[in-house]
Amino acid sequence: MSLDPITLSVIQAGLAQVCDEMDLSFSRAAFSPVIAEANDRSDGIYDAADGALIAQGAGGLPVFVGTMQYSTRALIGMIAAGRAGPPEPGDIYIVNDPYLGGTHLMDVRFARPFYRGDRLWCWLSNTGHWPDTGGAVPGGFSASATAVEQEGLRLPPVKLFKRGEMDAEIYAIICSNIRVADQRIGDVKAQAAALEMGAARLDALLDRYGDDTVTEAIGELRRRAAAQMRSFIARIPEGPHRASAWIDSDGVVNEPLEIRLSVSRAGEDLEFDFTGSSPPCAGPMNSVRATTLSSVYLAMRHIFPEVPISAGAFEPLGVTGIEGTFLDAQYPRPVSGCAAEVSQRIAEAVFVALVEALPDRVTAAPAGTSGNFALGGHDPERTRDFVMYQLSGGGYGGNAGGDGLSNGCSTIGISKAPPVEIMEQAFPVLYHRYALREGSGGAGRYRGGFGLEYEVELRRGHALASFVMDHGRTGPQGVLGGADGAVNEVTVIRGGAPYTPAHLSKEQDIPIAPGDRVRVATPGGGGYGNPFARDPELVARDVRLGRYGTDEARALFRVVLQPGAEQEVDRAATEALRDGEA
Amino acid sequence: MTKMASGLVAGIDVGGTFTDLVQFDPASGAVRLAKVPTTWENQAYGVMDALRSAGSDLEALGLVVHGTTTTTNAVLERKLSRTGLITTAGFRDILELGRRTRPQPYGMFGEFSPIIPRDLRLEVSERVDAAGTVVTSLDESAVVAAGRRLLDAGCEAVVVHFLHAYANPAHELRAAELLTGFWPNDHITTGHAILSESREFERGVTAAVNAAVQPILARYLRRLTGELAEGGYRGDVLVMNGNGGMVSSRLVTSEAAKTVMSGPASGVMAAAYTGRAAGLDDLITYDMGGTSTDVALVRGAEPAVSSEIEIEYAMPIHVPMVDVRTVGAGGGSIARVNDAGLLEVGPQSAGADPGPICYGRGGTDPTISDANLLLGRLDPGKLAVRGGVDLADVERVFEERLAGPLGVSVGEAAQAVIRLADTTMAGAIRMVSLSLGADPRDFALFAFGGAGPLHAAALARELGVPRVLVPARPGITNALGCVVADLRHDFVRTVTTPLAALESGALARVFARQTAEGERMIAAETVGLAGLRHLYSVDMQYAGQTHLLRVELERPDVDAATLQSLFEAAYWKRFRVALDGIGAIVVNVNTSVIGARPPLDLSTLIDPAGRGASLDAALTGRRRVRFGDGWYDTPVYWRDHLPLDFDLHGPAIIEQMDTTLLVPPRDRAEGTPQGDIIVHVGDAP
Repeated sequence: MSLDPITLSVIQAGLAQVCDEMDLSFSRAAFSPVIAEANDRSDGIYDAADGALIAQGAGGLPVFVGTMQYSTRALIGMIAAGRAGPPEPGDIYIVNDPYLGGTHLMDVRFARPFYRGDRLWCWLSNTGHWPDTGGAVPGGFSASATAVEQEGLRLPPVKLFKRGEMDAEIYAIICSNIRVADQRIGDVKAQAAALEMGAARLDALLDRYGDDTVTEAIGELRRRAAAQMRSFIARIPEGPHRASAWIDSDGVVNEPLEIRLSVSRAGEDLEFDFTGSSPPCAGPMNSVRATTLSSVYLAMRHIFPEVPISAGAFEPLGVTGIEGTFLDAQYPRPVSGCAAEVSQRIAEAVFVALVEALPDRVTAAPAGTSGNFALGGHDPERTRDFVMYQLSGGGYGGNAGGDGLSNGCSTIGISKAPPVEIMEQAFPVLYHRYALREGSGGAGRYRGGFGLEYEVELRRGHALASFVMDHGRTGPQGVLGGADGAVNEVTVIRGGAPYTPAHLSKEQDIPIAPGDRVRVATPGGGGYGNPFARDPELVARDVRLGRYGTDEARALFRVVLQPGAEQEVDRAATEALRDGEA
Repeated sequence: MTKMASGLVAGIDVGGTFTDLVQFDPASGAVRLAKVPTTWENQAYGVMDALRSAGSDLEALGLVVHGTTTTTNAVLERKLSRTGLITTAGFRDILELGRRTRPQPYGMFGEFSPIIPRDLRLEVSERVDAAGTVVTSLDESAVVAAGRRLLDAGCEAVVVHFLHAYANPAHELRAAELLTGFWPNDHITTGHAILSESREFERGVTAAVNAAVQPILARYLRRLTGELAEGGYRGDVLVMNGNGGMVSSRLVTSEAAKTVMSGPASGVMAAAYTGRAAGLDDLITYDMGGTSTDVALVRGAEPAVSSEIEIEYAMPIHVPMVDVRTVGAGGGSIARVNDAGLLEVGPQSAGADPGPICYGRGGTDPTISDANLLLGRLDPGKLAVRGGVDLADVERVFEERLAGPLGVSVGEAAQAVIRLADTTMAGAIRMVSLSLGADPRDFALFAFGGAGPLHAAALARELGVPRVLVPARPGITNALGCVVADLRHDFVRTVTTPLAALESGALARVFARQTAEGERMIAAETVGLAGLRHLYSVDMQYAGQTHLLRVELERPDVDAATLQSLFEAAYWKRFRVALDGIGAIVVNVNTSVIGARPPLDLSTLIDPAGRGASLDAALTGRRRVRFGDGWYDTPVYWRDHLPLDFDLHGPAIIEQMDTTLLVPPRDRAEGTPQGDIIVHVGDAP
């Protein structure tokens, strides 16, 4: 007998609730601010047989939307092949190998078999971004790594918990290979407790509705999610819809990397063909298969947020042509940039490819970089070493609904940036500026949002500055006639003289002395539509608010303002200018 | 301590739709109630209407306690006073940049409009570092010039917000002093004065909100107190704050931001008060309205208070407030069948206008309220008076939009809407209680608001909550909160000290200072009090963590070892995680000083004279009502006629002026000596 749609909706809500509670529990108990504050974590439920995604928390970091099912699938395969120990109740496997359905090494996955009676019913899994997993630089984002070994400790799936007890020996090996190891026990226990809690809640759900009913519902929900995604896809013209997006460089070889994408609809399926993208690179801007797929999925979820996160939603989405490119890197290619940067550029390619087909659903390109600036050094006043991270946001793309948001977080993240006051409490630095980056929003009928501009000085001691950013060479793309957003700019003022990294947005270990300053200007969002069609009153408003100058109003938007403090639109002159140029 | 008893007290709460009044005479127990439409243009008219409608004698009134949404509306609708900002050079955009977020995890859309526009945010040269040391001295002439420029630009209020002013407020104080020299009113807010904590965005927004609502609140209170005085009222008007306490109208505007979330807070205060009288000190309060539902936690008869509330996207107001969380589901939530053929309820809402179809105001979307009507849970007989809509109209919409596409009957579709709404709301309530560290099964559900009692028993069953408490007057709970609220002052001091480095007696000294300050402030008020209460707590974390866990203290003199074990116990209770050998840190020291008002006997909220001798006396009829598993012939009772000590088994419906209580089959309802109802949930899963 087929399930009634009401029971189906109720079980769907119940499964989502289990995942949301795991997310909440993990974040609240975690030590790592990356997990606790930045929500750089995700929790979900996965199929016992093939790891397919059953449900995943809505508050998880978007880039993990597709990864854990591949990671669980890899684990299941390794168990079957005898390369990982067989599961028992209470076990938790730990794994961070990027090539086994992962992202970068810092994203550590736990997987817990869930039993009903003595039968393996499903897997519960979560990912948390650990602040450090060893390797050449604290934090793991080395801009100049050329092999994964330089990026940190790589763990195959091993049982960190055996029948509910933590294996102290494995844990000791981990702790001997990572920095700030004494606080990790808090994260490990939080990550394990979240799965434990998920198991208890899932048990309650199954007890209430019955195992068979829930199993049937999961299958039906998967079919329906696929049908829902297909109903959206059916609205997209066949195509092909083409776009390219570029990474500035890999951090080692100073040449751009291209993501070349062609999207075609075949019936109700959508194929994303990446043939022609750049080959694997020497530096850490490689992506692994799971991250590449997940990036496509998260871009589609940004476009169709109505479709619940489930394997069914991804079924109609096919990804091809990544073999032999930097989007499917193999061991031992370095990969630390895959989750934070390459994933965002993949999403940009998807947005730009589909915006003409879905003009109401898709925005111009957002800033699309995590803006990772790390400053590591020694603070003589407190006699201790420090590592400071400043992640920053940028402008979002203009869109059919209006202008882009300013200083939004990365496409693949949902995290808050730390306050200046907290940074200055913790580290020997002084910020001179933390401001809206004027003029950075790409011009358009609906302009891009504005980036951020900050300038920070080292006050004492010595330090090394490192940057893993992007969009330094080309700005986030404008669409439908809109202009690109401003490019990312990094300037290090050393001994009073400005220095720009050769790779523009990436460099490792630039020595910094007291009084030296780092200035970062993040990208603005791309513009949407013809800027000459922008309402002149909105242009005048932006000028009054100091977001653009009067010369920019004229040059970028063909709007002339009257002289005087009021900065009213000169209608006649504007019309003449716009007509003349049309 | 006890001052002269003040006699007649009137609590008046202005809500989105109605202005409610409860007038109480502690001497005789006499109660007067009123419910009149809220007057949006000037809430004072509605307040005066309510007093007239209740027949209140203003000359005889001893005390008026007022809950107003004036400041809430001003913030949410951005109808704010023109306000300027003077801030540290290089940082004027802090209020606009926020913490680099977006409104929702998926969808790269979003807008944000800062409280103060960019052209009214001016910078002056000055800088203090994190240790409070002056790095750049204050450019005083620039402060004066900026102030004049803001005045010329038409600003009515001004904020001075400098980096690290919590560590050293000298520059803010000096700038305020300079401004006071020529600013034409007292609407000058300094960031550190309203919130002395680090985090420049949160402190800046809190200060900006405070400044931007000050002139509005001041004008409103001038009008209201003027009208009341004209009517003969000679007492003080006390205004509800978001912390659930009240403050004299003479003092409230200086910290106007504290009134922004006061409406929901007073409801929770009433819940705590009612719960204590009923012997239920631990409550989840559940206020279901037309568009949304407010959920809060009461533990040990004290509402949970938070200083980290964000009232909407990127709008943090970090002053201590009753922690009321809003869930996006209410009676007006719209049901639809999505592209996957699955039923969804909310988050879109028909709101109050046009509202559900059955309101007869032109609503055309099927809502939760309409489903309740189709299932007989609301009285279809009362529909006739409403704008020419009848049951058949509602049925037709359900058939076309829901039942047809789902392949079920109209009744089944309506039942599905209710079931899904209950599941979703229960899930949301669970998340709220878990995020506050509470297992819902340890609590009773306190149901109020127009729609709350309709769903309460089903939600309780879903949540595993054993009991539901329904107050005598669920529709006027916020006004009752005004009547029973205490005077309250909260103090937070950030110390951020590892337990290992904590000097003995250091905490006790902070607590003592906070206590003295609170007692001084309460002594300055003119309200009759029954005594003082003090709440002590510390916010703690393990070294390296960012989240805080609150540890309540029975007494202020605790040593480090006790704190460590109290924290570990709280941590285990919350997370089921035990961590040995990691040092704990005391981050905040909190004291609340509460001036308790004399207790009121609330059993007269329902007129004792109207109560019947038996259940039958209250029976007004029977109708067919759909509960989970089928239709039941269900007795309908009029609440005001129920005997005080009634005891009945479901299914039953208990109606009163402004709400309907559903007692499902297998549940049992009984009256309490105070006139409240406790529903015992039969078989929680």
